[in-house]
Amino acid sequence: MEYSIKVSNLVKKYGSFIAVDGISFEVKKGEIFGFLGPNGAGKTTTVHTLTTIIEKTSGDAFVAGYDVSKYKEQVRDRIGIVFQDPSLDDRLTGYENLDFHAMVYGLAKGEREERISELLDMVELKDKANLLISKYSGGMRRRLEIARGLLNRPEVLFLDEPTIGLDVQTRRHILDYVKSLKEKYNMTVLITTHYIEEADYICDRVAIIDKGKIVVCDTPKNLKKGLEGDVIIAKLHNKDNAMKLANKINKEHIAKSTKISNNILYTYVKDASSILPKFMNIASKEGISIENIEMRNPSLEDVFIHYTGKSIRDEEGSGNESMREIVMRRMR
Amino acid sequence: MNKDIAAVYMLWLRAMKRFIRSPSQIIGSVAMPFLFLIFLSAGFSSVKFPGMPSNVNYIDFLVPGILGMSMLFAATTAGISLLWDRQFGFLKEVMVAPVKRISIMLGRTFGGITTAFLQSVLLVIFAIFIGFHIGSILSLLIAFGFMILIGLAFVSIGLIIASIMTDMQGFGLILNLLIFPLFFLSGAIYPINVLPNVVRYITYINPLTYGIDGMRGAFLHASIFPIWFDALVLGIVALILISIGALAFSKAKITI
Ligand SMILES: Nc1ncnc2c1ncn2[C@@H]1O[C@H](COP(=O)(O)OP(=O)(O)O)[C@@H](O)[C@H]1O
Ligand SMILES: [Mg+2]
Repeated sequence: MEYSIKVSNLVKKYGSFIAVDGISFEVKKGEIFGFLGPNGAGKTTTVHTLTTIIEKTSGDAFVAGYDVSKYKEQVRDRIGIVFQDPSLDDRLTGYENLDFHAMVYGLAKGEREERISELLDMVELKDKANLLISKYSGGMRRRLEIARGLLNRPEVLFLDEPTIGLDVQTRRHILDYVKSLKEKYNMTVLITTHYIEEADYICDRVAIIDKGKIVVCDTPKNLKKGLEGDVIIAKLHNKDNAMKLANKINKEHIAKSTKISNNILYTYVKDASSILPKFMNIASKEGISIENIEMRNPSLEDVFIHYTGKSIRDEEGSGNESMREIVMRRMR
Repeated sequence: MNKDIAAVYMLWLRAMKRFIRSPSQIIGSVAMPFLFLIFLSAGFSSVKFPGMPSNVNYIDFLVPGILGMSMLFAATTAGISLLWDRQFGFLKEVMVAPVKRISIMLGRTFGGITTAFLQSVLLVIFAIFIGFHIGSILSLLIAFGFMILIGLAFVSIGLIIASIMTDMQGFGLILNLLIFPLFFLSGAIYPINVLPNVVRYITYINPLTYGIDGMRGAFLHASIFPIWFDALVLGIVALILISIGALAFSKAKITI
C-alpha cells in the first residue's frame, strides 16, 4: 500500500503545553481523510507541522514520501494548502493572487495562464478575476484559496476548516469540489473540520481528535456501526437530573453505555423500541420529568459523544479562535 | 524559471502593485518630509548655523537631510510591514512556497527599497520647484546611490524588528523611540558640529549620518567626511544589517 501521509508519535509542545500529544495515523494515496475535533483539539497544529509551517517537537512525519523536517522544499513542492485563517493579499486581484502563487512554483507564463483559467472556471470566479480581493465575499475568498492550493497540482491537499464561517450552500458547494477533485486528479486530501455532517459527507476515513490525541479512527460507516444499536436522547431539566437518571439506568443494566452533555442524556442501547418503555418507567419512578425524547440510529455525532464524552457543540464559540475570526474579518 | 529568482521577482512586483494602488498612502508618507522641507526652509532660510559652509543656501543644505529622512521612514516602515503580512496571513502563503527564506527576505528588501526610493524621488522633484540646486547629473546619481544604501540599512532594521516582535503591541513605541531619534541625531536639519560633544558622538554611530553627509558631499561638495568614506561606512553597516536581517528572518515566526 502506498501512503501519502505517514505520522507516528507526533508531538508538538508550546512551552509545557502539549498541543499534539503523540498521534499516529496513515493516509492512503487518493483518500479523503478527515480530522474531526472541537476547537483547540490540535488540528491546525498538526496541519502546520505536516506542511512545514512549524517544527514538530518529536515523532516522525512523512508527506508524499518526504520527512517534513528534513526535506521541507520537497514537501512544499508536492502539497497544496488552504489555511484556516485568511491568507490572500487584499490589495491584489484574484488573478494576481493566483499568478504570484504559480510563479513561485516555477511555472512558465503560458502554463500559469492555462492552469489559472482552468481553476477559475472550476471555482466559478472567472468573471471576478480582476477584482481586488477586498471586494470579495467570504465564500469567494475561500474558493479562490482552494483554487490557489491546486495550482501546483499537489499530490496532497491540506484543507484546514475550509468551510468555516460560510453558509450552508457554499459549504456544500466547496465539499463537492473537493470530492470531484479527488476523482479527477487522484489527489490525497487531509481535511479538518468541527462540523460533523461535513466529515460524514466527504471523508473516506475520519480521525476523531480531542485534546491533542486521536481517540478513534475509521470510516464513518464503521464508526457508526461500532456503536451497534440505537441511541436514546433525552433532554432533562438540568445536569443533576441527567446524572441521577444515568445512574439508575446503569444500575438496571438496560443500556450499553450512557453519556451526558449538559442536560442531555445519551443512552446507547441494543434496540430502542424495546428499551424505551423501561427507560420511561425508571424516569417516572425517580420523579424525573423528561422535556423531550428522541431515538435514532447513531450518527457520527453520537460516535463523537461516545468517544469523547462530550458534544462537539459544547466547545463551539468558546475558543479564542472564533474570536480571532471575528477580529480578522473586522480588520479587513 | 528558477523558483528562488521567481520568488524575489514576485515579492518585488507585489510591492510595486500595492504601492501604485495606494495613492493615499504615498501622499501620507511623502507629506511629512515634504512639510519639513517647506517649513524648515522657510523658517531657517536666513539663519546661519555655525559650521555651515558660508556659500551654501539652507535649502540646499536641507534637501539631503530630508531625502535621508524620507528613506529612513519609508524603508523602516516597509521592513516592519512584515508584521502586517503575518497578521493577515499572507506570510504563511509565502512561507509554504518551495523556496529558500533568503529569497523571500531579498524580495521584500528590494520591494521596500524601491518604494522608498520612488517616494524620495518625488521629493527631489518637489525640492527643485522650491529652489533646490541639483548641480550635475553625477551628483544626483551619487546621491541616489546613498539613498539606496540608506534604504538597504533601514529595510533590514525594519525586518529585524518585525522578525523579533511577536505581536503589534510595541509597534508605535518603536516607531517613536527609534525613528525620530535616528532622524534628529543625523545632522539632517542642522550641522552636527553645533551639537554638544556627547550628542555628536552619538550621531557618529548613526548610519543615517553618513548617508546624509555623503549626499551633501555629492550635491554641495561640502561634507564632514570624504564621500568615499561615507559610502564605505554606510555600505559596511548595510551589509551587516542585511546579514542580521537574514538571520533574524530565518528564525522568525510565521503565524500569529
Ligand atoms: N502558537 C501557539 N502558542 C501556544 N499555544 C498554542 C499556539 N497555537 C496553538 N496553541 C494551542 O494549542 C492547542 C491546539 O490548537 P489548534 O491546533 O489551533 O487547534 P484546532 O485547530 O483543533 O482548533 C490550543 O489549545 C491552542 O490554544
Ligand atoms: Mg484549527
